[in-house]
Amino acid sequence: MAYNHKKELSKPERFVGGHRLCAGCGAGIVCRAMTRALDEGDRAVICNATGCLEVSSFLYPYTAWEDSYIHSAFENAAATCGGVEAAYKALKKRGKVRDNFKFLTIGGDGGTYDIGFQSLSGAMERGHDMVYFCYDNEAYMNTGIQRSSSTPRFASATTSPAGSVSTGKTQDKKDLTEIMAAHHIPYVAQTTFLGNFKDFHEKAHRAIYTPGPAFVNVLTPCPRGWQYSPELLPELCRLAVETCVWPLFEVVEGQWILSYEPRKKLPVTEFMKLQGRFKHCFQPGNEWTLKAAQDYVDQKWEALLAKCRG
Amino acid sequence: MSIRERLSGNEAIAYAMRQIDPDVFAAFPITPSTEIPQYFAQYVANGQVSTEYVTVESEHSSMSTCVGAAAAGARAVTATSSCGLAFMYEMLYVAASARLSITLACVNRALTGPININNDHSDSMGARDTGWLQIYAENNQEAYDNYLQAMRISEDPRVRLPIMICQDGFITSHAVENILLEADEDVKRFVGEYRPENYLLKHENPLAVGPYDTCPYCMEHKVQQAMAMKAAREVVLEVAADFEKTFGRKYGFFESYEMEDAEVALVLIGSTAGTAKACIRKLRAQGVKAGLIKLRVFRPFPMEELAAALAHVKAVAVMDKSEGNSGCGGPLFAETCAACYDLPQRPMLIDVVYGLAGRDCRVEDIERVYRHLLTMAETGVTGPRYLHMGQRSNAEEVL
Repeated sequence: MAYNHKKELSKPERFVGGHRLCAGCGAGIVCRAMTRALDEGDRAVICNATGCLEVSSFLYPYTAWEDSYIHSAFENAAATCGGVEAAYKALKKRGKVRDNFKFLTIGGDGGTYDIGFQSLSGAMERGHDMVYFCYDNEAYMNTGIQRSSSTPRFASATTSPAGSVSTGKTQDKKDLTEIMAAHHIPYVAQTTFLGNFKDFHEKAHRAIYTPGPAFVNVLTPCPRGWQYSPELLPELCRLAVETCVWPLFEVVEGQWILSYEPRKKLPVTEFMKLQGRFKHCFQPGNEWTLKAAQDYVDQKWEALLAKCRG
Repeated sequence: MSIRERLSGNEAIAYAMRQIDPDVFAAFPITPSTEIPQYFAQYVANGQVSTEYVTVESEHSSMSTCVGAAAAGARAVTATSSCGLAFMYEMLYVAASARLSITLACVNRALTGPININNDHSDSMGARDTGWLQIYAENNQEAYDNYLQAMRISEDPRVRLPIMICQDGFITSHAVENILLEADEDVKRFVGEYRPENYLLKHENPLAVGPYDTCPYCMEHKVQQAMAMKAAREVVLEVAADFEKTFGRKYGFFESYEMEDAEVALVLIGSTAGTAKACIRKLRAQGVKAGLIKLRVFRPFPMEELAAALAHVKAVAVMDKSEGNSGCGGPLFAETCAACYDLPQRPMLIDVVYGLAGRDCRVEDIERVYRHLLTMAETGVTGPRYLHMGQRSNAEEVL
């Protein structure tokens, strides 16, 4: 069925107001959109890694989640979800659970790329019927913007600050989506918030309703960490895609499929110049950083195109 | 009708698990508990259980899987030893504070480092403050019997805390002994169905587990958890009483062996009790009034009962099979001293740290401890209170 934005938005919200996420934070948008991708009537258990989202959405005695929800620790959201899913299978088999449940895990890049990487890899390899959504805001935001393996090169973070002899983080961003594709799981996708959310919604729905493990990586701007004005969030997402910094694609049963090809690829500086974390790159003497950032994006983009052309 | 068999301690635990047929088993190998998930895997492969058997990639994930499964409404189990238990530590606290009834078969092994695969109690003693119940076994029979009682205690609404069923690595886990097993249907009837009140998959209402617990509420939750551990005392005894009625074998917080008129006594945990009993029989034949307290339940700690059992003894040696690294004794010693503090007349108390990393403890070693206690009782001089036994050394504070 064709995507109908109005119809999707008229569904009852499953991640509701009252949470304490910052204005202009992408995490809440991921939660609303991913739960909107659940078919009405299907129930869900949300597993959440420790992070901004967890401490902002479930502060005893209040929760912003309409579905069952579990947080246990930082590095184990995938294993916890695997346990919930195993319990579901066992209880279903024994006639103790009637409802149809879906299992969604959500963690930031800290809990996903780094400390929770082993748990994620293990759960995906075991083949639990679950989806892992990473809200990738490219640093450890909850503890105050420390660099993660997802932080892009040249971004200034509190443990990789720009300074008189530093141009920010020295390493490139880990390509987790590709690593997850290398797990040869049924479904892997990369998306972000664009226009009417068609791309996000269709990928989330496919991920949830593909039997077996699925991974969806969502570029999720953070106003504190990226240092932008809250109203610029959709513009940053758009520019991440139009510059090919964050290409949209799916890997369905091993097939790489490009979701969107910009008509005219914009220079990476268009994306970088709106963010305080890259401010130092635009200072005289640091021109090379802009060139290096562009070269990296170009090289990754060409490699992706080659994969998608098979 | 009980079944006479010969099984190792690991086999006995796996056998009990098969009989109980839990909903979820999270499995990761570590010596010496590895056989438990192995035996169970064969039960799964042969269709003897309908458990979801989850072969995780680490112990941290096995406990995380148990946490997720138990919160979802399942009876979840796992087994581990040593570093495996240490790797779970963070999640042990989470399981207890979320009030999840999880059963962990702990096959005690020295905690690294240096790395060593043999038995001592440093792994589970390190986890003594995690909020888990801990029950220890002297032999295979007790390991089996304790396991059959575990879920009844842990799942009781007054308790709702996870439980560790501990036995000594290799000494009981790998030694094959005679054992009385109970019939599958009798075990199933005794253990019963798990009926949690609220769980993630409940039809009637969703549930949120694991909040960020703010200052105005968190302490209340921690106190409720502490009260549950306190309440576990009576539940442990009730379940033991029903076990005795059903299967005829008696259990309590501890076993008192020849304690009635004992003048010198040991307090210890686990398989060394067999060695101590052999020594006591030898000493009693010579007219020495030696006795033994074999502690079965370490969490909750039976403080008043232990003090009462030791009140009439002149000199007591607490045998710690783990080093507390407090500079003044092991964990069992500290708790026994605390238990005896309120006695109008306290026994003389010393700590003997022994058996670390599998160092053998023979009947003659135990006899040396009793002889030392006899000298203390005779002279009225306690001497050094923190001793080590069994290592190569001529230092004074060594037995």
